Amino acid sequence: MAKKLMKGCEAIGEAAVQAGCRLFFGYPITPQNEIPEYLSARLPQVGGTYVQAESEVAASNMLYGAAGAGCRCFTSSSGPGISLMQEGISYIAGAELPVVFVNIMRGGPGLGGILPSQSDYLQAVKGGGHGDYRCLVLAPSTVQEAADLVQDAFDLADKYRNPVMVLGDGLIGQMMEPVEFKRSVNPEDLPPKLWATTGAKGRAPNIINSLHLKAESLEAHNWKLAAKYEEMAKTECRHEAWHLDGEVDVLFVAYGTVARICKTAIDALRDTGVKAGLFRPISLYPYPGQALIQAVEKAKHVLVSEMSCGQMVEDVRYHVAGKRPVAFYGRVGGMIMTPEELVDEARKLAGPRG
Amino acid sequence: MHTEIILAGFGGQGVLLIGKLLAYAGMKAGREVTWMPAYGPEMRGGTCNCTVVLSDRPIGSPISKSPHALLALNLPSLDKFEEAVRPEGVIVVNTSLINRLPHRTDVTVVAVPANEVAIECGSPKAANMVALGAYLGASGVVELDQVKAIVTESFAAKPKLVEVNHAALARGFALGQAKATAAVR
Repeated sequence: MAKKLMKGCEAIGEAAVQAGCRLFFGYPITPQNEIPEYLSARLPQVGGTYVQAESEVAASNMLYGAAGAGCRCFTSSSGPGISLMQEGISYIAGAELPVVFVNIMRGGPGLGGILPSQSDYLQAVKGGGHGDYRCLVLAPSTVQEAADLVQDAFDLADKYRNPVMVLGDGLIGQMMEPVEFKRSVNPEDLPPKLWATTGAKGRAPNIINSLHLKAESLEAHNWKLAAKYEEMAKTECRHEAWHLDGEVDVLFVAYGTVARICKTAIDALRDTGVKAGLFRPISLYPYPGQALIQAVEKAKHVLVSEMSCGQMVEDVRYHVAGKRPVAFYGRVGGMIMTPEELVDEARKLAGPRG
Repeated sequence: MHTEIILAGFGGQGVLLIGKLLAYAGMKAGREVTWMPAYGPEMRGGTCNCTVVLSDRPIGSPISKSPHALLALNLPSLDKFEEAVRPEGVIVVNTSLINRLPHRTDVTVVAVPANEVAIECGSPKAANMVALGAYLGASGVVELDQVKAIVTESFAAKPKLVEVNHAALARGFALGQAKATAAVR
């Protein structure tokens, strides 16, 4: 398929269709309204169904039902709506259902604002809902990558029978970039889900449930989930290393759209003799900690930048474990750092000449 | 090559559309491109704007604090963004709606009565195309024919609009080119 110029939100919607998803349940919220808008027109064209739910709580429980019946399904929202969906996400994780969530982050807390932010990192990565569970979390940096990761998210959700969250921000959602859809999946070609509640004629009933009243039973279930998350940690870590072939004066660590702003800053620093590089986690859970440590070992200084008051930096500091000081530069509330600001921060660490 | 452009006007003047045409033309020419609308809260009658970045390298930020060019279709847009434009940049001013010229003396100013020219081309709605044409004429950032081809493709269902928009682009282009030549002298 030829490259198209698409808004991130539209590309995410089309990627879901290309991944064989035919069901969307959601509720409008800026800055991701173009996802439901796009799918409300697109899904009927491919025999799918778009449902605008009465609330995000309802949408997440509709997803529970659809996924339980074995259908690829997804939703998208932004911070306040994702908060409302946490009940469903916890139940979906508990019942081991494959559902894809997209969060196009805006500033918070509360209603906050509608401009880009990365302040839902901790919610996405550390839980958000109750109970011992994890979402697999992927963070795109370009519109192309958003489309690719959404397609991957459906496969990963099915593989692990687990919720997968694609974490973008208002920039990813609203900007247009060239995008190409590299694969197209016909839902009829997907492997059958033998655990799904598809009608029990001729077989024992399948049960989709997250209630385990006996402690022994729940403990066994919890350890089973834990083993699954451990398996994810072994096989699903993703990152990009950029200008990290040799030693660097300053190692930037950033994800999503901030990472691309870091790249512009790194180009400018390198033009003036400061060796800088970027470590960009693509999977935020599992976190690519081992690869990060290898990058940090070749760096004199570490600078984490986020559109938050400091969330992912906690994971960076955990993995770096005191081997290097970890500096932080954040902009919040919908303000976006410029490459020049990042250059200044890096220079403070590296000294004027690196 | 790396160019950041802010296109701004009233809501309804079609600034988002000409931004998309510019980005699309850049993409067709093999460039890296981004198009980013300002989607924050705006006052009725205030400005609507988008930022287009065209580059030979992967683009970092899709927004710009100091653009190489500004297309101002109304006064609030000129007031808001004039100071941000880089020295030696380009400011296209729609003099049909803006009753002053830029204060800046370190930029190329392309003053075009976009609404009047558009009316002469067949529709007052094509003022945005006049402004885009003027910018292309002054900057050469993408080929006029590339943009015309995209207009033909985008408005395939409405051939009359293609004609009007092509005429508006061409008139704007000639005005922009003349101004750029004058600036070189």
